Amino acid sequence: MFSTLAPILLQATWETIYMVAVSLSIATLFGLPLGVLLATSGRGELFEALWFQRVFGPLVNATRSVPFIILAVAIIPFTRFVVGTSIGTSAAIVPLTVAAIPFIARIIEGAMREVDGGLIEAAQAMGARPVQVVTKVLLPEALPGIIHGLTLTAVTLIGYSAMVGAVGAGGLGDLGIRYGYQRFRPDVMAAVVITLIVVVQAVQSFGDYLARKADKRNI
Amino acid sequence: MIRLSNVQKTYAARRGSDEHIALRGINLDIAAGEIVGVIGRSGAGKSTLIRCINLLETPTSGTVTVDGTNVTTLSKRDLPLFRRQLGMVFQHFNLLSSRTVFDNIALPLELAGATKADIAKAVDPLLPLVGLEEKRDRYPAELSGGQKQRVGIARALSSNPKVLLCDEVTSALDPETTRQILTLLKDINKRLGLTMVVITHEMAVVKALCDRVAVMDGGVIVEEGAVEGIFADPKHATTQSLLADEFMDFRAGSDANNPANNTGAATTATAGQEG
Repeated sequence: MFSTLAPILLQATWETIYMVAVSLSIATLFGLPLGVLLATSGRGELFEALWFQRVFGPLVNATRSVPFIILAVAIIPFTRFVVGTSIGTSAAIVPLTVAAIPFIARIIEGAMREVDGGLIEAAQAMGARPVQVVTKVLLPEALPGIIHGLTLTAVTLIGYSAMVGAVGAGGLGDLGIRYGYQRFRPDVMAAVVITLIVVVQAVQSFGDYLARKADKRNI
Repeated sequence: MIRLSNVQKTYAARRGSDEHIALRGINLDIAAGEIVGVIGRSGAGKSTLIRCINLLETPTSGTVTVDGTNVTTLSKRDLPLFRRQLGMVFQHFNLLSSRTVFDNIALPLELAGATKADIAKAVDPLLPLVGLEEKRDRYPAELSGGQKQRVGIARALSSNPKVLLCDEVTSALDPETTRQILTLLKDINKRLGLTMVVITHEMAVVKALCDRVAVMDGGVIVEEGAVEGIFADPKHATTQSLLADEFMDFRAGSDANNPANNTGAATTATAGQEG
């Protein structure tokens, strides 16, 4: 029995890792600048732009308030436009990315706001330009928090990736639902759950390790 | 070197707070190579004043002239270039926790786009100057308060500034470390001929470090003059009360350490040594 289960389990694990890794990377690409601007565009801040706060603040909140499964279904036309299909592992990356962008933006905003305002003042007194304050001070100082946040995002995405099974995405969640639940295979269900636990555990430990390495505040 | 003419700073009223006038027409002249103290209690406006010199705060009216240039009219593009000519040291050090001692001191040069070789050439001699050769590759979390402030001072000096702005630099330090930092600053002033503006609420700092002092209260300079003169003959009530605090602190300190020695003669003798 194990010999028949192993290949599909391996295949599903790979699909999950693929979906999460790609959507996390793309979402960081968009979420990082969005988070930086959210953290620095308030009144009296580096790149004061209140319109940006007024437009993107609510937009980020709105995206975050939509339950993921509804978001995944609602943006099917958009998914079809981007990847040409709404079914399959690559198609699932679209809703995962869309859901992760505002999540990452808020995490990066939060981590940057944690940085002591005195450091911004010191950098400006040294003659740092606003962009340099971000690249030389805020991002390096916020790095441990950002790594923690991205780890959290990855774990959340692993959970979400199980839901995109509903739109035919494959992955561990899909395997659990189709084989374990619908075909009454508790052994498959157990294997899926254990694999998910192992993957989440590994991601969390790796993230913690990176964050610890980046954190020089407690040596 | 630095001239403040009729500098006013008003913070506009916001929800929950009324309009606040921090500086009400400040006139102050600081000559090259001089160490000028600005003393006052919390809320007197001294921190706002020092921040008007490097334009961390923009004066509402009046002009600030540094080295012959009216800096209040500088554009956003030119402001960083001007600020590189001034070094600033802070009460809470404001070091980057993610950078080593060397890299913290190197930061102003990095911001100015200096090459690695130039950075090393500028930073390496500063380490022995502030007594931190051994700590070159350590992180701020591994340093004591006094060592952190030495890094802060070295960092302020690395871009070879003409002026050093010191904002309550010893207020977070214990008395012994305070003495060491003040000695270091005095030494730097002598060796490099830097102009220094020193913000403090402690008369002892003024006495140990400054040539001239301006006493602030309620956003105005109430008394100004050579340090010896102010100490010998304080005219304004604020000055007198700041001096009285100093005496009280001193008495309290000597009481705790040596109750038997608490006579007028002993206090004067030690006070003399300290100066």
